[in-house]
Amino acid sequence: MIVQFIDFFRNRMKMTIRLCYGVLLFWVIFDILLGFAGEKEHAHTWVEVYFPGWWALFGFVSCTLIIYISKWFGHLGIMTREDYYDE
Amino acid sequence: MMNDFWIHPAAILIIGALFLPLLRQAGPARNIYILLVPLFAFVNVLAMDRGTFAVFHFLDWSLTFGRVDGLSHVFGFIMTLMCLIGTIYGMNTKGVKEIFAAWLYVAGSLGVIYCGDYLVLFLFWELMAFSSVFLVWFRGRKRSLATGFRYLLVHTFGGLVLLAGIMLRYQATGGDISFGPIGVDSPSLYTYLIMIGFILNAAVPPLHAWLPDAYGEATVSGAVFMCAFTTKTAIYALARGFAGMDVLIPLGVIMALYGVVYAVLENDARRLLAYHIISQVGYMVAGVGIGTELAINGACAHAFAHILYKGLLFMGCGSVLFMTGTSKFSELGGLYKKMPVTFVFTLIGGLSISAFPLFSGFVSKSMIIASGFEDHLLWAAFLLTLASAGTFLHTGLKVPYFIWFGKNNCSDNTWEKAQDPPLNMQIAMAIAAFFCIFIGCYTPFLYNLLPYPVHYHPYTLYHISESMQILLFTALGFFLFIKKLAPEQVISLDLDWFYRKASQQFMWFAKNPVQKFDNACSEVYRVAGMIPLMTSARFWSWFDWHGIDGVVDGLARTIGFFSQKLRLLQNGQVSRYLSFMACGLLVVLLWMYTR
Repeated sequence: MIVQFIDFFRNRMKMTIRLCYGVLLFWVIFDILLGFAGEKEHAHTWVEVYFPGWWALFGFVSCTLIIYISKWFGHLGIMTREDYYDE
Repeated sequence: MMNDFWIHPAAILIIGALFLPLLRQAGPARNIYILLVPLFAFVNVLAMDRGTFAVFHFLDWSLTFGRVDGLSHVFGFIMTLMCLIGTIYGMNTKGVKEIFAAWLYVAGSLGVIYCGDYLVLFLFWELMAFSSVFLVWFRGRKRSLATGFRYLLVHTFGGLVLLAGIMLRYQATGGDISFGPIGVDSPSLYTYLIMIGFILNAAVPPLHAWLPDAYGEATVSGAVFMCAFTTKTAIYALARGFAGMDVLIPLGVIMALYGVVYAVLENDARRLLAYHIISQVGYMVAGVGIGTELAINGACAHAFAHILYKGLLFMGCGSVLFMTGTSKFSELGGLYKKMPVTFVFTLIGGLSISAFPLFSGFVSKSMIIASGFEDHLLWAAFLLTLASAGTFLHTGLKVPYFIWFGKNNCSDNTWEKAQDPPLNMQIAMAIAAFFCIFIGCYTPFLYNLLPYPVHYHPYTLYHISESMQILLFTALGFFLFIKKLAPEQVISLDLDWFYRKASQQFMWFAKNPVQKFDNACSEVYRVAGMIPLMTSARFWSWFDWHGIDGVVDGLARTIGFFSQKLRLLQNGQVSRYLSFMACGLLVVLLWMYTR
């Protein structure tokens, strides 16, 4: 059952990708609507209130930074061959 | 002296473990016994009254084994629950030695949680280290032995620092061994020493490298136990003694980010999860450092949720290792058709650790971040939020994707062997998965267990919107940069380099320059010291023999010679004596006459 469920989406890759973009868009619009509805009293800082989709940008930038900084750090010589300690 | 009738849950596990060797044969009797002991310990914790129990007087001290209050109860609850889940998961291992070691290990953790003074704490603290190391050694590989010894050495060092702190505190306070808030406003040397002892077990960088080293090498079920107890017991100890210690905030934030960075580089699923323990425990350390009621509640809630979802993740990846024999991304991939149930459970763990709404992390992690914003520690709160994007990136996306989807790197052998694990492992994962979702959906269950009253509501529209945006746009980043994240057959050097590689250099240094210097000193000593000494000794020996002994012996021989002659005169013949007397008389008379 689980396999069929997964295969259903894998066999319709284009639809799945469009669906995912739709979900992304939904949450940004949801955030904007929250701003208009004045439902942001739980926000911690002003930037969250006045910057629509702030957390979406934050999430994407965080992810990019983590990947690039970590890989840069790893290639400074931190990543090495698997038998390094075996000698 | 017992104050009241009270059974220590650690005693149940220790006594239960002592009977294990009688039940080595696999069979229903063994399985029922293995199930009943941790179940009894768990029920015992559930039914436990609050108060102080089992106080014993020993020498000048009163030792408290049973302090049951809000803080110890929430940790005791989750530790015994995890012990039950871990035991079910490990039930199919051959023999009973792993379960034996695991139960003693949990008993150590429970002993620390319920103790009321530093002496009992230290006793159980060491029990934890010395029993858990067997969970590494039982893996049975050549490198397991070395890893276990490294683990033991690091923890022995931490234990000694802790003991030094306890001793200094004992002296400074005039004999106080009680374990409670240590006075973080006026820290002294012993405060820092005790803190170092604790944060070594919490795996705070730079004292963290033992964790991925040992947890990546532990047995399949051993890692499930290890990922729960050592670090979270340390969090308990920190929350008890060091709430509000400012230095823990930056340390916690560094931890949270450090784990994330190394998780990007990691190729072994279980080592990746181990780095994410460091990251997640960072939230708890920061929470303890913030120290407000909300933050301490958050640290406890996150420890509770973390034990379950991290246990679940280790069980999922452990199942892959158990069935296929590897946990490296570069040797796995595309397994969703072969291990679908394991995939779903691991995904639930991944969504929980990533703090998706309706999963456990959502209601616990956000408390710590909210306490940071509430305390106006914006930098800490934003950096912890950034780290949570990293958590989803690896544990929620990278682990499931590169094991169950992605490029199929499996060898024929791996692919052939891959299937969902035995029933007991699936049941254990199902229990953990149930709690991950239950905690996320029904917040009073966890919130009522916390030490302080909870006024926090995670399910606001704004918080859901915030979390979904962060998580989903992290996912977008993952799929856009997926090529960057493809598994590489490498290992990453961490600070254990210093005692792994540098120790080899130390050995070279000891073998070569130090040994040579030592040899040279010996030679100098031989030439300048031993040779003249032996020569003079030989001379005096000669002098003694020929000089002293000659004189003494000569005298003795002379006296002997004369006494021989004198002896001849005394032969006992009366006539001869009379003739001597007559001669003597004649001589005297002659002498008198001549005068």
